[in-house]
Amino acid sequence: MYLKLIFKNIFRHKLRSILTIVGLVVAILAFGLLQTVVHAWYAGADMASANRLITRNATSLVFSLPAYYRERVRAIDGVTAVAISNWFGGIYKDQSFTNFFATFGVDHDNFFDLYPEFKVKPDELLAFKKDRRGAMVGRLIADQHGFKVGDVIPMTSPIYGGGTWEFTVRGIYEPKDETTVTRQLYFHWDYINEQMKKRFPRRAEFAGVFVVQIADGARAAEISQAIDKEFRNSLAESLTETEKAFSLGFVAQTEAIVTAVRIVSFVVIVIIFAVVANTMAMTARERLAEYATLKALGFAPIFVVGLIVGESIMLSALGGAIGVALTFPVAAGFKAAMGSMFPVFYVTRETVLMQVAAAASVGILAGILPSIRAARVRIVDGLRFAG
Amino acid sequence: MADRPIVSITHLTKSYRRGDQVVEVLRDITLSIPEGDFIALMGPSGSGKSTLLNLIAGIDKPDTGELLVGGEDITRLGEADLADWRASNVGFIFQFYNLMPVLDAFENVELPLLLTSLGKRDRRERVETALALVGLSDRMDHHPNELSGGQQQRVAIARALITDPTIIVADEPTGDLDRKSAEEVLGLLRRLNSEMGKTIIMVSHDGHAVQSARHVTHLEKGELMPCT
Repeated sequence: MYLKLIFKNIFRHKLRSILTIVGLVVAILAFGLLQTVVHAWYAGADMASANRLITRNATSLVFSLPAYYRERVRAIDGVTAVAISNWFGGIYKDQSFTNFFATFGVDHDNFFDLYPEFKVKPDELLAFKKDRRGAMVGRLIADQHGFKVGDVIPMTSPIYGGGTWEFTVRGIYEPKDETTVTRQLYFHWDYINEQMKKRFPRRAEFAGVFVVQIADGARAAEISQAIDKEFRNSLAESLTETEKAFSLGFVAQTEAIVTAVRIVSFVVIVIIFAVVANTMAMTARERLAEYATLKALGFAPIFVVGLIVGESIMLSALGGAIGVALTFPVAAGFKAAMGSMFPVFYVTRETVLMQVAAAASVGILAGILPSIRAARVRIVDGLRFAG
Repeated sequence: MADRPIVSITHLTKSYRRGDQVVEVLRDITLSIPEGDFIALMGPSGSGKSTLLNLIAGIDKPDTGELLVGGEDITRLGEADLADWRASNVGFIFQFYNLMPVLDAFENVELPLLLTSLGKRDRRERVETALALVGLSDRMDHHPNELSGGQQQRVAIARALITDPTIIVADEPTGDLDRKSAEEVLGLLRRLNSEMGKTIIMVSHDGHAVQSARHVTHLEKGELMPCT
């Protein structure tokens, strides 16, 4: 009877309840989407391995490091592998955002050994290694642009110039799971280096960063120090940090935007809390005579509190459940609409839990104040609202 | 049985604060209502009759004086105990019926029984009996908005007697009804009193309605007038 009373009460004012539920759906959905955007922002850092370090020029990422550092880094205790990774800044078709994807010249021999989260077919990897102009393309951009093995991708680079660079797709690497970013094209660093030797010899034999694989993630700080010590007082001092710290460095540049998105997501919840609280306050005021009658019949004030808070929770549960359920298809649509802006965009378990917690908090808090007021109203005062 | 007081009021006063002013609603009321009586409280608006009824029903508290119902001084009970006491001792009939609009007639009558330890089958039996008594067996699944005013008040009467209370208090039970429906409701109250021995305390403006009572007590400006 208790639940029946709560459930029936919800739909006494159908329009009001439906509008409140719609508001809750939109708020919980918006909250979930914004939280997913925040999560997507940190996706690069999240996929970082604890066993990988990044060594770059200590002055700035803009400056390169001599390529021969690779051998000296490899010789440091604890380092198991080193690979060059060089930002190419390739432009495909035009500079529009929809055609943007990351392009790197890498050590083709071992780069994919350092990134087990990229699943590659052995025959495709072999073909890539054999072809100086070969490229490995991530699944995301392959799907987005329809790249197939054998296709030639023409690109230009404002960094390296030289007109059109052509890369032949030799393989398409797959993500290990939904956290893996596959929005990159990798090709031979040797290809860049070869061209630089021909055109701008002074720019040859330089690398953007070194990806350093270490055997024990717990020794990351120690090995980083050892690497940087190796090049101290040289013409190009290095700065080594974990891959995660390196990625977070990029995110930090847009930290204000992420913080704003995060704040807005919580503001949405505060607004819907005010809406639901107002609905429940109106509801409780209209039913004062009923609550007074229940109390006159012998029902304790806590019963009235339970009715109002229960109704508020049920409203929020309905809105919240629909909002959470809609988050998945809407997030998928959002990802498709945004193209490659968010290469990793999926609703995490934490986001769903936060949505549930937000809906539950709104339900409980919005019902508490009106219910306390209704429970405290003297029976004789409440009965005056009848008729 | 007839002479044993079910309600015994001694030097009872009640006042309300309205802004800075204290309005004395009831002044030194002393009244005794025998068990099984059907008493009507009459008086002009503001005379304090509804306040007196509320005090007897335990939904309001007096400032001073003694108020015994069924031998129990209900002025000494705390809120929780008073709620329990009301649940088992008082049946309420209101002017505007005060039924739960989302519940049907059966569920409205069943409501007070949820506070008892009765099982579902026993509750059903009792509710069906009570609704049959008020002539609404065929309206059990009707919601208040599907019933006439008279029918709603009969549902309220069934709800009032479902727990077999010590007293039934009725505040203007015919105030919102047409003459025919009012007569049906009054007939029911008379039956509850004469056939089931229920003590009924009714507040009414209606001179015709009070003729159903065995005794009529007048209140004016918070004071009792001599009984008729």
